[in-house]
Amino acid sequence: MRLIYKILENSNKQIDTILMSTDIIIHDKKDNVGVVVIEKITPKQDCKCWIMENDSSVNIQSADEIPLGHKIAMIDLKEGDTILKYGHDIGKVVKAIKKGQHVHVHNVKTKKW
Amino acid sequence: MEIPKSFLGYKRENGRAGTRNHVIILPVDDISNACAEAVANNIKGTIALPHSYGRLQFGADLELHFRTMIGTGSNPNVAAVIVIGIEPKWTKRIVDGIAKTGKPVEGFHIERTGDIGTVMKASKKAQEFVMWASEKQREECPISDLWISVKCGESDTTSGLASNPTVGNLMDKLEPLGVHLCFGETSELTGAEKVCATRGATKEASDKFMKTWSAYNDFILKEATDDLSESQPTAGNIAGGLTTIEEKAFGNFQKIGNCKFVDVLEPAEEPKKGKGLYFMDTSSAAAECVTLQAAAGFNIHLFPTGQGNIVGNPIEPVIKLTANPLTVKSMGEHIDCDVSKILSREMNLSEAGDELIKTTLKVANGRLTCAEALGHREFVMTKLYRSA
Repeated sequence: MRLIYKILENSNKQIDTILMSTDIIIHDKKDNVGVVVIEKITPKQDCKCWIMENDSSVNIQSADEIPLGHKIAMIDLKEGDTILKYGHDIGKVVKAIKKGQHVHVHNVKTKKW
Repeated sequence: MEIPKSFLGYKRENGRAGTRNHVIILPVDDISNACAEAVANNIKGTIALPHSYGRLQFGADLELHFRTMIGTGSNPNVAAVIVIGIEPKWTKRIVDGIAKTGKPVEGFHIERTGDIGTVMKASKKAQEFVMWASEKQREECPISDLWISVKCGESDTTSGLASNPTVGNLMDKLEPLGVHLCFGETSELTGAEKVCATRGATKEASDKFMKTWSAYNDFILKEATDDLSESQPTAGNIAGGLTTIEEKAFGNFQKIGNCKFVDVLEPAEEPKKGKGLYFMDTSSAAAECVTLQAAAGFNIHLFPTGQGNIVGNPIEPVIKLTANPLTVKSMGEHIDCDVSKILSREMNLSEAGDELIKTTLKVANGRLTCAEALGHREFVMTKLYRSA
Protein backbone atom coordinates (compact mmCIF):
# COMPACT_ATOMS: atom_id res chain seq x y z
CA MET A 1 0.00 0.00 0.00
CA ARG A 2 2.80 2.34 0.94
CA LEU A 3 4.64 1.62 -2.26
CA ILE A 4 1.52 2.18 -4.36
CA TYR A 5 1.07 5.53 -2.67
CA LYS A 6 4.66 6.44 -3.32
CA ILE A 7 4.45 5.36 -6.94
CA LEU A 8 1.39 7.56 -7.47
CA GLU A 9 3.05 10.47 -5.76
CA ASN A 10 6.38 10.16 -7.54
CA SER A 11 5.79 8.31 -10.78
CA ASN A 12 9.04 9.68 -12.24
CA LYS A 13 10.99 8.34 -9.28
CA GLN A 14 9.17 4.99 -9.32
CA ILE A 15 12.13 2.68 -9.79
CA ASP A 16 14.45 4.59 -7.47
CA THR A 17 11.88 4.65 -4.69
CA ILE A 18 11.34 0.92 -4.80
CA LEU A 19 15.06 0.23 -4.78
CA MET A 20 15.82 2.68 -1.99
CA SER A 21 12.80 1.87 0.20
CA THR A 22 14.03 1.98 3.80
CA ASP A 23 12.11 0.97 6.92
CA ILE A 24 14.83 1.61 9.50
CA ILE A 25 17.76 4.04 9.60
CA ILE A 26 20.90 3.38 11.66
CA HIS A 27 23.23 6.35 12.27
CA ASP A 28 26.57 4.62 12.83
CA LYS A 29 27.86 1.12 12.10
CA LYS A 30 28.67 0.66 15.81
CA ASP A 31 25.02 1.31 16.82
CA ASN A 32 23.01 -1.52 18.37
CA VAL A 33 19.66 0.18 17.70
CA GLY A 34 17.94 1.55 14.58
CA VAL A 35 15.10 4.06 14.12
CA VAL A 36 11.82 3.18 12.38
CA VAL A 37 11.18 5.72 9.58
CA ILE A 38 7.88 4.40 8.20
CA GLU A 39 4.52 4.91 9.92
CA LYS A 40 4.98 1.66 11.84
CA ILE A 41 6.46 -1.80 11.51
CA THR A 42 4.46 -4.85 12.54
CA PRO A 43 5.63 -8.07 14.28
CA LYS A 44 7.59 -10.47 12.06
CA GLN A 45 8.00 -7.83 9.34
CA ASP A 46 11.15 -8.18 7.25
CA CYS A 47 12.68 -4.70 7.38
CA LYS A 48 15.32 -3.03 5.28
CA CYS A 49 17.84 -1.01 7.27
CA TRP A 50 20.13 1.69 5.91
CA ILE A 51 23.34 2.52 7.80
CA MET A 52 23.98 6.20 7.12
CA GLU A 53 27.65 6.30 8.12
CA ASN A 54 28.91 3.89 5.47
CA ASP A 55 25.83 3.82 3.18
CA SER A 56 25.37 0.08 3.59
CA SER A 57 22.24 -2.02 4.05
CA VAL A 58 21.22 -4.83 6.41
CA ASN A 59 17.94 -6.64 7.05
CA ILE A 60 16.18 -7.48 10.29
CA GLN A 61 12.93 -9.19 11.26
CA SER A 62 10.91 -7.25 13.84
CA ALA A 63 9.52 -8.91 16.96
CA ASP A 64 7.17 -6.09 18.05
CA GLU A 65 4.94 -3.44 16.54
CA ILE A 66 7.12 -0.28 16.56
CA PRO A 67 5.87 3.19 15.54
CA LEU A 68 7.64 5.87 13.49
CA GLY A 69 10.62 7.34 15.30
CA HIS A 70 10.95 4.55 17.85
CA LYS A 71 13.94 2.24 18.14
CA ILE A 72 14.46 -1.44 17.35
CA ALA A 73 17.19 -3.64 18.87
CA MET A 74 19.63 -4.83 16.19
CA ILE A 75 21.12 -7.50 18.52
CA ASP A 76 20.18 -9.29 21.76
CA LEU A 77 20.92 -7.01 24.74
CA LYS A 78 21.17 -7.99 28.40
CA GLU A 79 20.63 -5.96 31.56
CA GLY A 80 23.50 -3.54 32.13
CA ASP A 81 24.49 -3.33 28.45
CA THR A 82 25.06 0.09 26.87
CA ILE A 83 22.84 1.35 24.07
CA LEU A 84 24.88 2.87 21.24
CA LYS A 85 23.35 5.40 18.86
CA TYR A 86 25.28 7.97 16.76
CA GLY A 87 28.18 5.67 17.78
CA HIS A 88 27.84 6.99 21.35
CA ASP A 89 26.52 5.83 24.73
CA ILE A 90 22.88 6.95 25.14
CA GLY A 91 21.89 4.90 28.21
CA LYS A 92 21.79 1.49 29.90
CA VAL A 93 19.59 -1.56 29.45
CA VAL A 94 17.45 -2.18 32.57
CA LYS A 95 15.48 -5.16 31.21
CA ALA A 96 16.81 -7.71 28.72
CA ILE A 97 15.92 -6.98 25.08
CA LYS A 98 15.82 -9.48 22.21
CA LYS A 99 16.89 -8.67 18.67
CA GLY A 100 13.96 -7.10 16.82
CA GLN A 101 12.19 -5.82 19.96
CA HIS A 102 11.09 -2.28 20.77
CA VAL A 103 13.75 -0.29 22.71
CA HIS A 104 12.37 2.56 24.82
CA VAL A 105 11.72 3.87 28.36
CA HIS A 106 10.40 0.44 29.51
CA ASN A 107 13.79 -1.22 29.04
CA VAL A 108 16.41 1.59 28.83
CA LYS A 109 17.32 4.38 31.28
CA THR A 110 19.68 7.35 31.32
CA LYS A 111 23.08 7.03 33.00
CA LYS A 112 23.08 10.74 33.79
CA TRP A 113 20.27 11.95 36.04
CA MET B 1 23.33 25.47 -5.37
CA GLU B 2 24.87 28.93 -5.63
CA ILE B 3 24.15 30.71 -2.35
CA PRO B 4 22.87 34.30 -2.80
CA LYS B 5 25.39 36.84 -1.53
CA SER B 6 22.82 39.31 -0.24
CA PHE B 7 19.33 39.80 1.16
CA LEU B 8 16.95 42.74 1.47
CA GLY B 9 17.10 44.12 4.98
CA TYR B 10 16.63 47.32 6.97
CA LYS B 11 19.91 49.12 7.59
CA ARG B 12 20.25 50.48 11.12
CA GLU B 13 22.12 53.43 12.58
CA ASN B 14 24.81 51.22 14.18
CA GLY B 15 25.69 49.33 10.98
CA ARG B 16 23.62 46.22 11.70
CA ALA B 17 20.74 45.09 9.44
CA GLY B 18 17.27 43.91 10.38
CA THR B 19 15.04 41.34 8.72
CA ARG B 20 12.04 43.10 10.28
CA ASN B 21 11.08 46.70 11.03
CA HIS B 22 9.21 46.58 14.33
CA VAL B 23 8.28 49.47 16.59
CA ILE B 24 8.04 47.93 20.04
CA ILE B 25 6.40 49.04 23.28
CA LEU B 26 8.61 47.55 25.97
CA PRO B 27 7.39 47.35 29.58
CA VAL B 28 10.18 47.48 32.17
CA ASP B 29 8.17 45.42 34.65
CA ASP B 30 5.03 43.28 35.05
CA ILE B 31 2.83 46.11 36.33
CA SER B 32 3.54 48.26 33.26
CA ASN B 33 2.15 45.63 30.86
CA ALA B 34 -1.34 47.15 30.85
CA CYS B 35 0.00 50.54 29.79
CA ALA B 36 2.23 49.05 27.08
CA GLU B 37 -0.62 46.98 25.68
CA ALA B 38 -2.93 50.01 25.66
CA VAL B 39 -0.38 52.00 23.63
CA ALA B 40 0.04 49.12 21.16
CA ASN B 41 -3.74 48.94 20.84
CA ASN B 42 -3.96 52.69 20.15
CA ILE B 43 -1.17 52.88 17.59
CA LYS B 44 -1.41 50.37 14.74
CA GLY B 45 1.83 48.85 13.53
CA THR B 46 3.38 48.73 16.99
CA ILE B 47 3.69 45.66 19.20
CA ALA B 48 3.76 45.40 22.99
CA LEU B 49 6.07 42.86 24.64
CA PRO B 50 4.37 42.02 27.95
CA HIS B 51 6.25 39.78 30.41
CA SER B 52 6.08 38.68 34.04
CA TYR B 53 9.08 40.20 35.84
CA GLY B 54 11.13 43.31 36.58
CA ARG B 55 10.38 44.07 40.24
CA LEU B 56 12.62 43.48 43.28
CA GLN B 57 15.16 41.51 41.30
CA PHE B 58 18.79 41.84 42.35
CA GLY B 59 22.35 40.74 41.59
CA ALA B 60 23.02 38.60 38.52
CA ASP B 61 19.28 38.08 38.03
CA LEU B 62 18.68 41.83 37.76
CA GLU B 63 21.65 42.23 35.42
CA LEU B 64 20.16 39.54 33.16
CA HIS B 65 16.83 41.38 33.23
CA PHE B 66 18.47 44.62 32.05
CA ARG B 67 20.60 42.80 29.47
CA THR B 68 17.48 41.14 28.03
CA MET B 69 15.47 44.39 27.96
CA ILE B 70 18.26 46.50 26.45
CA GLY B 71 19.24 43.74 24.03
CA THR B 72 15.67 43.30 22.82
CA GLY B 73 15.33 47.02 22.14
CA SER B 74 18.75 47.10 20.48
CA ASN B 75 18.03 44.16 18.11
CA PRO B 76 18.29 45.36 14.47
CA ASN B 77 14.81 43.93 13.75
CA VAL B 78 13.53 46.79 15.90
CA ALA B 79 13.34 50.26 14.29
CA ALA B 80 12.29 52.25 17.35
CA VAL B 81 11.32 51.67 20.98
CA ILE B 82 8.92 53.06 23.59
CA VAL B 83 9.96 51.98 27.11
CA ILE B 84 7.35 52.15 29.90
CA GLY B 85 8.12 51.40 33.57
CA ILE B 86 6.63 52.19 36.93
CA GLU B 87 9.69 54.12 38.19
CA PRO B 88 11.97 56.57 36.34
CA LYS B 89 15.40 55.16 37.25
CA TRP B 90 15.22 51.65 35.79
CA THR B 91 13.20 52.98 32.84
CA LYS B 92 16.01 55.44 32.08
CA ARG B 93 18.69 52.77 32.40
CA ILE B 94 16.98 50.74 29.67
CA VAL B 95 16.38 53.79 27.45
CA ASP B 96 20.05 54.80 27.76
CA GLY B 97 21.19 51.26 26.92
CA ILE B 98 19.08 51.12 23.76
CA ALA B 99 20.02 54.69 22.76
CA LYS B 100 23.64 53.55 22.24
CA THR B 101 22.51 51.94 18.96
CA GLY B 102 21.45 55.38 17.68
CA LYS B 103 17.85 54.32 17.07
CA PRO B 104 14.87 56.39 18.27
CA VAL B 105 13.89 55.45 21.84
CA GLU B 106 11.86 57.23 24.49
CA GLY B 107 10.95 56.25 28.05
CA PHE B 108 7.86 56.97 30.16
CA HIS B 109 7.27 56.22 33.83
CA ILE B 110 3.85 55.79 35.37
CA GLU B 111 4.35 57.05 38.95
CA ARG B 112 2.88 60.55 39.52
CA THR B 113 1.10 60.35 36.12
CA GLY B 114 -1.02 57.19 36.19
CA ASP B 115 -1.86 54.81 33.38
CA ILE B 116 -4.16 57.11 31.41
CA GLY B 117 -1.78 60.08 31.23
CA THR B 118 1.14 57.78 30.43
CA VAL B 119 -0.79 56.01 27.69
CA MET B 120 -1.63 59.39 26.13
CA LYS B 121 1.96 60.67 26.14
CA ALA B 122 3.47 57.36 25.04
CA SER B 123 0.87 56.91 22.27
CA LYS B 124 1.75 60.28 20.74
CA LYS B 125 5.43 59.33 20.64
CA ALA B 126 4.64 55.81 19.37
CA GLN B 127 2.62 57.26 16.49
CA GLU B 128 5.54 59.50 15.55
CA PHE B 129 7.94 56.51 15.66
CA VAL B 130 5.74 54.15 13.65
CA MET B 131 5.10 56.69 10.89
CA TRP B 132 8.84 57.38 10.68
CA ALA B 133 9.69 53.66 10.65
CA SER B 134 7.08 52.81 8.02
CA GLU B 135 8.89 55.07 5.57
CA LYS B 136 12.01 52.91 5.71
CA GLN B 137 12.72 50.69 2.69
CA ARG B 138 14.50 47.37 2.47
CA GLU B 139 17.97 47.65 0.93
CA GLU B 140 20.51 45.15 -0.32
CA CYS B 141 22.61 43.86 2.60
CA PRO B 142 25.47 41.33 2.48
CA ILE B 143 24.52 37.86 3.67
CA SER B 144 27.07 38.33 6.49
CA ASP B 145 24.53 40.73 8.06
CA LEU B 146 22.47 37.66 8.96
CA TRP B 147 22.83 36.62 12.57
CA ILE B 148 21.23 33.18 12.76
CA SER B 149 20.26 31.53 16.04
CA VAL B 150 19.10 27.91 16.32
CA LYS B 151 17.19 25.88 18.88
CA CYS B 152 15.14 22.71 18.47
CA GLY B 153 11.95 21.72 20.26
CA GLU B 154 9.45 18.91 20.73
CA SER B 155 12.25 16.84 19.31
CA ASP B 156 11.96 13.21 18.39
CA THR B 157 14.28 10.79 16.66
CA THR B 158 13.52 12.39 13.27
CA SER B 159 15.13 15.58 14.63
CA GLY B 160 18.47 13.83 15.19
CA LEU B 161 18.16 11.89 11.92
CA ALA B 162 17.23 14.71 9.59
CA SER B 163 15.97 18.14 10.64
CA ASN B 164 18.86 18.95 13.01
CA PRO B 165 21.50 17.73 10.52
CA THR B 166 19.75 19.94 7.90
CA VAL B 167 20.43 22.96 10.13
CA GLY B 168 24.01 21.68 10.52
CA ASN B 169 24.34 21.52 6.74
CA LEU B 170 23.13 25.13 6.47
CA MET B 171 25.70 26.17 9.10
CA ASP B 172 28.50 24.42 7.22
CA LYS B 173 27.51 26.30 4.04
CA LEU B 174 26.87 29.75 5.56
CA GLU B 175 29.67 29.93 8.15
CA PRO B 176 32.37 30.57 5.48
CA LEU B 177 30.26 33.52 4.22
CA GLY B 178 30.78 35.40 7.48
CA VAL B 179 27.42 35.04 9.22
CA HIS B 180 27.07 34.98 13.01
CA LEU B 181 25.59 31.72 14.37
CA CYS B 182 24.38 30.75 17.83
CA PHE B 183 23.28 27.55 19.56
CA GLY B 184 22.37 27.08 23.22
CA GLU B 185 20.35 24.67 25.39
CA THR B 186 23.01 23.88 27.99
CA SER B 187 21.05 21.14 29.77
CA GLU B 188 20.16 19.39 26.50
CA LEU B 189 23.80 18.75 25.74
CA THR B 190 23.98 16.44 28.75
CA GLY B 191 25.45 13.14 27.63
CA ALA B 192 27.14 14.80 24.65
CA GLU B 193 28.93 17.46 26.71
CA LYS B 194 32.43 16.01 26.28
CA VAL B 195 32.00 15.67 22.52
CA CYS B 196 30.60 19.20 22.38
CA ALA B 197 33.56 20.56 24.35
CA THR B 198 35.94 19.27 21.67
CA ARG B 199 34.19 21.62 19.22
CA GLY B 200 35.57 24.74 20.87
CA ALA B 201 37.72 26.70 18.40
CA THR B 202 40.23 27.35 21.19
CA LYS B 203 41.11 25.63 24.46
CA GLU B 204 39.71 28.67 26.24
CA ALA B 205 36.31 28.22 24.50
CA SER B 206 36.27 24.48 25.29
CA ASP B 207 37.12 25.06 28.97
CA LYS B 208 34.53 27.80 29.25
CA PHE B 209 31.92 25.46 27.79
CA MET B 210 32.70 22.65 30.27
CA LYS B 211 32.56 25.08 33.17
CA THR B 212 29.20 26.44 31.99
CA TRP B 213 27.73 22.99 31.41
CA SER B 214 28.96 21.68 34.80
CA ALA B 215 27.40 24.61 36.65
CA TYR B 216 24.04 24.00 34.94
CA ASN B 217 24.23 20.26 35.56
CA ASP B 218 25.08 20.79 39.26
CA PHE B 219 22.02 23.03 39.57
CA ILE B 220 19.79 20.37 37.96
CA LEU B 221 21.17 17.64 40.22
CA LYS B 222 20.60 19.84 43.27
CA GLU B 223 16.97 20.63 42.44
CA ALA B 224 15.94 17.33 40.80
CA THR B 225 13.30 15.35 42.70
CA ASP B 226 13.35 12.26 40.44
CA ASP B 227 14.96 11.33 37.13
CA LEU B 228 13.31 14.42 35.56
CA SER B 229 10.81 12.13 33.85
CA GLU B 230 8.57 14.08 31.47
CA SER B 231 10.84 17.15 31.76
CA GLN B 232 13.98 15.83 30.11
CA PRO B 233 13.05 14.15 27.85
CA THR B 234 9.54 15.64 27.74
CA ALA B 235 6.39 13.55 27.31
CA GLY B 236 6.37 14.74 23.67
CA ASN B 237 9.97 13.62 23.17
CA ILE B 238 9.14 10.19 24.62
CA ALA B 239 6.03 9.85 22.43
CA GLY B 240 8.33 10.57 19.48
CA GLY B 241 10.70 7.77 20.46
CA LEU B 242 13.44 9.58 22.40
CA THR B 243 14.36 7.53 25.45
CA THR B 244 17.11 9.37 27.38
CA ILE B 245 18.68 12.81 27.74
CA GLU B 246 21.87 11.42 26.17
CA GLU B 247 19.98 10.38 23.02
CA LYS B 248 18.31 13.79 22.90
CA ALA B 249 21.68 15.52 23.37
CA PHE B 250 23.39 13.73 20.48
CA GLY B 251 20.41 14.60 18.27
CA ASN B 252 20.47 18.21 19.44
CA PHE B 253 24.18 18.53 18.77
CA GLN B 254 23.70 17.71 15.05
CA LYS B 255 22.50 21.30 14.56
CA ILE B 256 26.02 22.75 14.48
CA GLY B 257 27.26 20.60 11.62
CA ASN B 258 31.05 20.60 11.54
CA CYS B 259 31.40 24.15 12.89
CA LYS B 260 33.53 25.08 15.89
CA PHE B 261 32.34 27.64 18.43
CA VAL B 262 34.53 30.71 18.95
CA ASP B 263 33.18 31.72 22.36
CA VAL B 264 30.70 30.91 25.13
CA LEU B 265 28.15 33.65 25.87
CA GLU B 266 26.26 34.49 29.02
CA PRO B 267 22.46 34.43 28.55
CA ALA B 268 21.46 37.39 26.29
CA GLU B 269 25.12 38.47 25.88
CA GLU B 270 26.01 40.04 22.53
CA PRO B 271 28.82 38.23 20.65
CA LYS B 272 31.99 40.31 20.52
CA LYS B 273 34.52 38.11 18.73
CA GLY B 274 33.29 38.64 15.17
CA LYS B 275 31.72 36.19 12.73
CA GLY B 276 31.27 32.49 13.39
CA LEU B 277 29.48 30.14 15.76
CA TYR B 278 28.80 30.96 19.43
CA PHE B 279 27.44 28.81 22.25
CA MET B 280 25.07 30.59 24.65
CA ASP B 281 24.26 29.34 28.14
CA THR B 282 20.44 29.06 27.95
CA SER B 283 17.54 27.10 29.27
CA SER B 284 16.28 24.45 26.86
CA ALA B 285 12.71 25.77 27.07
CA ALA B 286 11.90 27.13 23.60
CA ALA B 287 10.54 30.62 24.32
CA GLU B 288 13.15 31.39 27.00
CA CYS B 289 15.98 30.36 24.70
CA VAL B 290 14.78 32.28 21.62
CA THR B 291 14.10 35.39 23.76
CA LEU B 292 17.70 35.32 25.02
CA GLN B 293 19.15 34.80 21.53
CA ALA B 294 17.05 37.67 20.13
CA ALA B 295 18.27 39.87 22.99
CA ALA B 296 21.87 39.05 21.99
CA GLY B 297 21.16 40.56 18.55
CA PHE B 298 20.29 37.53 16.40
CA ASN B 299 17.92 38.54 13.60
CA ILE B 300 16.60 35.22 12.22
CA HIS B 301 15.96 31.90 13.95
CA LEU B 302 15.90 28.29 12.71
CA PHE B 303 13.79 25.90 14.75
CA PRO B 304 13.82 22.20 13.84
CA THR B 305 10.99 20.22 15.44
CA GLY B 306 9.92 16.60 15.53
CA GLN B 307 6.52 16.28 17.17
CA GLY B 308 5.62 19.91 16.35
CA ASN B 309 6.66 22.80 18.60
CA ILE B 310 4.75 25.96 17.65
CA VAL B 311 6.84 28.72 19.31
CA GLY B 312 7.39 32.19 17.85
CA ASN B 313 9.04 35.42 18.99
CA PRO B 314 7.79 39.00 18.71
CA ILE B 315 10.92 40.43 17.08
CA GLU B 316 12.98 37.53 15.69
CA PRO B 317 11.22 35.50 12.96
CA VAL B 318 11.24 31.78 13.85
CA ILE B 319 11.46 29.38 10.89
CA LYS B 320 10.20 25.85 11.61
CA LEU B 321 11.43 22.79 9.83
CA THR B 322 10.55 19.16 10.40
CA ALA B 323 11.42 15.76 9.01
CA ASN B 324 8.46 14.03 10.64
CA PRO B 325 5.86 13.27 7.94
CA LEU B 326 3.08 12.91 10.54
CA THR B 327 3.81 16.42 11.84
CA VAL B 328 3.72 17.80 8.29
CA LYS B 329 0.37 16.08 7.76
CA SER B 330 -1.26 16.96 11.08
CA MET B 331 0.12 20.47 11.78
CA GLY B 332 1.35 21.73 8.43
CA GLU B 333 0.31 25.32 9.18
CA HIS B 334 3.29 25.53 11.58
CA ILE B 335 5.94 24.19 9.19
CA ASP B 336 7.94 26.57 6.95
CA CYS B 337 10.28 23.93 5.51
CA ASP B 338 9.41 20.25 5.06
CA VAL B 339 12.44 17.95 4.94
CA SER B 340 10.58 14.69 5.59
CA LYS B 341 11.72 13.29 2.24
CA ILE B 342 15.13 12.70 3.87
CA LEU B 343 13.59 9.78 5.78
CA SER B 344 12.30 8.12 2.59
CA ARG B 345 15.69 8.89 0.99
CA GLU B 346 14.05 10.94 -1.73
CA MET B 347 16.12 13.96 -0.62
CA ASN B 348 19.69 14.03 0.66
CA LEU B 349 21.06 16.23 3.43
CA SER B 350 22.71 18.71 1.08
CA GLU B 351 19.46 19.17 -0.87
CA ALA B 352 17.64 19.70 2.42
CA GLY B 353 20.26 22.25 3.52
CA ASP B 354 19.75 24.13 0.22
CA GLU B 355 15.97 24.16 0.74
CA LEU B 356 16.47 25.60 4.22
CA ILE B 357 18.84 28.29 2.90
CA LYS B 358 16.18 29.28 0.33
CA THR B 359 13.50 29.47 3.04
CA THR B 360 15.82 31.46 5.33
CA LEU B 361 16.52 34.03 2.61
CA LYS B 362 12.83 34.36 1.72
CA VAL B 363 12.05 35.07 5.37
CA ALA B 364 15.03 37.44 5.69
CA ASN B 365 13.62 39.32 2.68
CA GLY B 366 10.27 39.72 4.42
CA ARG B 367 8.16 36.61 3.85
CA LEU B 368 6.19 35.94 7.04
CA THR B 369 6.98 32.77 8.96
CA CYS B 370 4.14 30.42 9.94
CA ALA B 371 4.60 31.53 13.55
CA GLU B 372 4.30 35.20 12.56
CA ALA B 373 1.17 34.56 10.48
CA LEU B 374 -0.36 32.63 13.37
CA GLY B 375 0.44 35.41 15.86
CA HIS B 376 3.04 33.61 17.99
CA ARG B 377 4.87 36.29 20.00
CA GLU B 378 6.25 34.38 22.98
CA PHE B 379 8.49 36.75 24.93
CA VAL B 380 9.71 34.96 28.03
CA MET B 381 12.29 36.35 30.41
CA THR B 382 14.75 33.95 32.04
CA LYS B 383 14.78 34.35 35.82
CA LEU B 384 17.76 33.01 37.73
CA TYR B 385 16.31 32.99 41.28
CA ARG B 386 13.64 34.42 43.61
CA SER B 387 13.27 38.18 43.99
CA ALA B 388 14.27 39.93 47.18
